[in-house]
Amino acid sequence: MNSTQPVTEVVQDPEAISAFREGWFKFCQVMKLFLRNKLATLGLVLIIAWTVVAVVAPLIAPYAPDATELDAKLQSPSAAHWFGTDQFGRDILSRVLHASQISIWTGLIAVAISFFIGVPLGGIAAYYGGWLGNLIMRIMDIFLAFPSLILAMAIAAAMGPGLISAMIAVGIVGIPEFARLMYSQTIYLKEREFVEASLSIGVRNRTILMRHIFPNALAPLLVRITLGMGFAILTAASLSFLGLGVKPPLAEWGAMISDGREYIITGEWWIVTFPGLAIATTILGFNLLGDGLRDVLDPRLRTSRK
Amino acid sequence: MMPLLEVRDLKKYYPIRKGWLNKQVGNVKSVDGISFDIMEGETFGIVGESGCGKSTTGRSVLRLIEPTAGQVLFDGQDLTAMNANELREARTQMSMIFQDPYASLDPRWTVERILEEPIITHLNLRHSERKHRLQELMERVGLSSYQATRYPHEFSGGQRQRIGIARALALNPRFIVCDEPVSALDVSIQAQVLNLMQDLQDQLKLTYMFISHDLSVVKFLCTRVGVMYLGRMVELAPKKELFDHPLHPYTQALMSAVPATSPKAKKERIVLSGEVPSAKNPPIGCAFHSRCPIATDLCRSTKPEWREATDEHFVACHYV
Repeated sequence: MNSTQPVTEVVQDPEAISAFREGWFKFCQVMKLFLRNKLATLGLVLIIAWTVVAVVAPLIAPYAPDATELDAKLQSPSAAHWFGTDQFGRDILSRVLHASQISIWTGLIAVAISFFIGVPLGGIAAYYGGWLGNLIMRIMDIFLAFPSLILAMAIAAAMGPGLISAMIAVGIVGIPEFARLMYSQTIYLKEREFVEASLSIGVRNRTILMRHIFPNALAPLLVRITLGMGFAILTAASLSFLGLGVKPPLAEWGAMISDGREYIITGEWWIVTFPGLAIATTILGFNLLGDGLRDVLDPRLRTSRK
Repeated sequence: MMPLLEVRDLKKYYPIRKGWLNKQVGNVKSVDGISFDIMEGETFGIVGESGCGKSTTGRSVLRLIEPTAGQVLFDGQDLTAMNANELREARTQMSMIFQDPYASLDPRWTVERILEEPIITHLNLRHSERKHRLQELMERVGLSSYQATRYPHEFSGGQRQRIGIARALALNPRFIVCDEPVSALDVSIQAQVLNLMQDLQDQLKLTYMFISHDLSVVKFLCTRVGVMYLGRMVELAPKKELFDHPLHPYTQALMSAVPATSPKAKKERIVLSGEVPSAKNPPIGCAFHSRCPIATDLCRSTKPEWREATDEHFVACHYV
């Protein structure tokens, strides 16, 4: 009769709470170490700032990104147009702000592609080894043999120009980096005794790979993700600059620089400068954050520093 | 008594490959044809210096390393002939305690997860039963169950080794390979862990294969002891017999190296000259002849036979 009654367990476990507190404490310690690194903090601030800008861009942009004002073409920065206007009379500030959305999305999606393909490939290649591992890593080597931008251009061109193909191209170009990192981590971790201990119990290989090796490789992968974001945004902007990324009139930093490049010699510097600064600060932010994270997450580096 | 584990002519060779064609030019003979039985309920010790193949033997027995040749019969069943699923099933009966308690526990897992891993892998227990088992395991090895949510780095070396032991016990195995389980610990902690292991053996009717280079530890715990040198077993005897009447010149040299318990006790130290030869190309004939004080031409040309010198006392030497 009462077998159908659901068993409700009251979750009031003091252990869980103390574990949570300990976790929080550890997080705070890492944050403290991190914030001591001024450059890394600057990087974090830059990225948070750009992310906020990307979210609220439609609210804070003074004009629509593609609104043309034909009697206000090529105006230098002024009170009405802080960053000036381009050859079609579009407000540069509004376009830079809106473009941050595209750049951040491009970075996220491209890095997600690299991560979710590269990490399993590297892990499998290293863990199982043999001819399969060799095959995977030699293919990765072939990818690495090409300069990354050239390869991205080739892939993007083959798929046809456009925002989506730029994201995919940049994502594919980033795969070998993640595969190699995961490969080296796995080679090191799979010889550790705790892996052998799990094997001696009879745990399946794929479980060991996912539950033991992957979590232990996460710290360096996190650093790679951060640095990869910077690389992805820059490469995507380069593709757009070359006409292989977003199509006009969509606002994108690389495309804006491309559109404005003829006007540098005639003195309209603001058209390229502000999107250029936007790219520079975003990449700088990700790189500083990545370097800072590497220092904080790697205990060996931590002790060797003052 | 029926042996629980029978090892028959076990070999583990690592190929040496050279050149870009990966041509095999030789073998490192880590374990070169050893045989022994382990009886139910006993502690079988394997001693030898580092590199003699004792850890490789332990791992090959559990098939954590694939043996090159030979048979391992566990309770009459050939482990070396099993496929992956049969082997996984057999792993519920045997487990391993590792040397380094710092490396053998996943630093990102809590004690709870570490100890439940074998249970989740093999048994389909309800949550409450699992927690009950966890508590039982932790108490059995002298840990408190409130420590279950902690991470390995929050424990001392001795406590970590207790966690390792608890994991090895999780599935109620009959046989445990102990690979130098106390050599990474302080001497004061070693005694605690050894006592714990002995208590567990009495309570749970365990059979141990105890690998060590520490003769005093082996003397304390083991019932029978095998001595290994360069991948071969040179002598095997009940503990008392081996320590009182070592027959093989290598064993005699080993025994003479044990520090005396009393400063007054006079002991003659047999010092071996030279280094252990490389397992890449071990000496022809008796592997020990290059360092043996009584070696002759016979030793340099012919491999000594493994034979029973006196009752239960096996040795491989021409001059015993």
